[in-house]
Amino acid sequence: MLNILFFKIALAVYFVSTASFLYYLISRKEGPKRYSFGITGLGFIFHTAALLTRTIEASHIPITNLHEAMSFFSWALVLAFLLIEYKYRIYVLGSFVLPLTFISLISSAALPMEIKMLDPMLQSAWLGVHTIFAVMGAAAFSIAFLAGLMYLLQDWLLKSKRFNILYHKLPSLDVLDDLNYRAISFGFPLLTLGMITGSIWAEYAWGTYWNWDPKQTWSLILWLFYAAMLHGRLSIGWRGKKAAYLAILGFIGVVFTFVGVNMLLQGKHTFV
Amino acid sequence: MDIILVGLSHKTAPVEVRERLSFSGPQLTESTLKLRAYEEILECVILSTCNRVEIYTTVEKPELGVARVKDFLHSCQPDMPLDGITQHLYTHKNEGVARHLFRVASSLDSMVIGETQILGQVKDAFDSALLNKTTGIVLNKLFKKSISVAKRVRTETKIGESAVSISFAAVELAKKIFSNLGNKTGMLIGAGEMGELAAQYLVNSGIKEIVVSNRNYDRALHLAKAYNGRVVRFEDFLEEMVNVDVVICSTGAPNYVIHAEHVQDIIHKRKNRPIFLIDISVPRNIDPDINHIDNVFLYDIDDLQAVVETNLRTRRDEAEKGEQIIDEEVGKFTKWFKSLEVVPTIVALKDRVEEIRRKELERTVGRLRSLSPEEVQIIEGLTNTLVNKILHNPLVALKLEAHSTNGLLYAEAVRKLFDLDIKLVERGTGETTINDEENIENDNSNH
Repeated sequence: MLNILFFKIALAVYFVSTASFLYYLISRKEGPKRYSFGITGLGFIFHTAALLTRTIEASHIPITNLHEAMSFFSWALVLAFLLIEYKYRIYVLGSFVLPLTFISLISSAALPMEIKMLDPMLQSAWLGVHTIFAVMGAAAFSIAFLAGLMYLLQDWLLKSKRFNILYHKLPSLDVLDDLNYRAISFGFPLLTLGMITGSIWAEYAWGTYWNWDPKQTWSLILWLFYAAMLHGRLSIGWRGKKAAYLAILGFIGVVFTFVGVNMLLQGKHTFV
Repeated sequence: MDIILVGLSHKTAPVEVRERLSFSGPQLTESTLKLRAYEEILECVILSTCNRVEIYTTVEKPELGVARVKDFLHSCQPDMPLDGITQHLYTHKNEGVARHLFRVASSLDSMVIGETQILGQVKDAFDSALLNKTTGIVLNKLFKKSISVAKRVRTETKIGESAVSISFAAVELAKKIFSNLGNKTGMLIGAGEMGELAAQYLVNSGIKEIVVSNRNYDRALHLAKAYNGRVVRFEDFLEEMVNVDVVICSTGAPNYVIHAEHVQDIIHKRKNRPIFLIDISVPRNIDPDINHIDNVFLYDIDDLQAVVETNLRTRRDEAEKGEQIIDEEVGKFTKWFKSLEVVPTIVALKDRVEEIRRKELERTVGRLRSLSPEEVQIIEGLTNTLVNKILHNPLVALKLEAHSTNGLLYAEAVRKLFDLDIKLVERGTGETTINDEENIENDNSNH
């Protein structure tokens, strides 16, 4: 099982890059960011290899159980980080993204990893499309959450007038608020597409576009929440601290929809 | 030859003394040339800033040189007693000079550690000396090295990174709130010196526009012109705060001119866009409770002073790293300087050639086993003659130049041409130098 091997290597490499990024956060030096970034890139390569080999071995897009979904979520999160890095160079974001990636990946590793035969009901091209959109949307909302977290931290440091290393490392409030906004305006269409493709697939599988499955209901709540958040920013000034709090609240909803619904509520979405 | 430094700085002399002994503009050129004209002074550079006057020279005899430089300073200020000048002076020699200049250029010896001005002043002093042709190989190397050391210290440590003035600290803070000042507007309320300076820094950092509001309309107009900004009547500045992002307040008012309820209303109208309020007036002009309102950041003069203090501490920590770099560079320079000595060069050259001669002789004799002892002696004689004849002219030339600055050039050339590794003998008093020289004489006569 080549994919498991690659997955384990990626997990180990991400562990190192998480440690390295956390060290960068408290270090006076700027040097560690380059190593941390490099190690993250290496981890991403192994993780990509793990996902590709798994796709070949399973002969379908590997987002069909919680292990796979969490693994793909981690991958999407790092991908988002690498893209943001490429464009905006907010290295310190890694000190927040990588711990989350690592937590998600190690939870994924704790779940059953073997490839299972796919339920005939799930065998559809819509499956891959729907899950990719849904998970990537979740990754974008996670970035918004981290940006919100960083915003609140920097806001607190500025208000309480603490000029420590963290203050120097964190970017300006403007940058963080902008990142929050961009991440959500990126995640929102992904969530929308995820829901549309999901209902098309539901039509094939269950014969109805919408059947108030808990996951569907919660996705709808999330969709309304983020729609309100975007609208609020543009029209009535829900920016800065408020936007940061909302992004954090939204993320709690995302986590619940992603994992919590399966554990706590009964529904047809039991596989993921 | 020795490098000596005689000087005074803010650490040894009060400003009354510094200002009297400082050299400026045309006076500097004239004085440099006058100093260079003394027989004892081989090279000289005068570094004169408002915090220091330092005279760098190379001389043949250090004690004489120091005395000569002191005389020179006295001659520039005849109405100051020599003792009155001397008590403020420090002197350094060779390695000590290199260390001192490197520290000065790297701004480790400055009043405000890490300030950038001094490097420019060192460059200017050196350029002026170059122009007047008062330097030679040693001071040229020393000053060029000091400039590169200063750059190294600046890039490898964070010594110059953070703001150490209140006005600039305010601008740095603004950059932690707004990433790009290019689309932000600043407002200056009142006109204190520090407020004006902060506004100027904002302009330099590329802020889009500065709005000026002052009780005295003409004064406001004048300032606005300077910043290329516009004027808002003093009665209207609160309304204007809805449109500006950075407010610098330094009116002379004895009480608060901006209250919490004003700002609450303003921030609501701003749709929560953050606003940065800087209160550099004493007594304060902005109600400190305003800092509790979301998306409002209020800093008073004490807060900014605290930023400056933290930054200064960081600079001092970084200065320690700078000292390490300087240790290393002083070592390199000293090695180069010692290698310039003519006498060790002569010794090394002779050793080198002698070594070659001996090796080749042994090889040849080893191959020709049938040689009789007399024949071996003849061959040895031949090699000796060859070596001595070839070396004769170079050695004479080197010795002739031993006491001029040119000698250093010769020595360096020889060292490079023959790839000599000069043993670094401790530079002691003139006596050992003379002894070495005598040894060479003796060596020479032996051959």
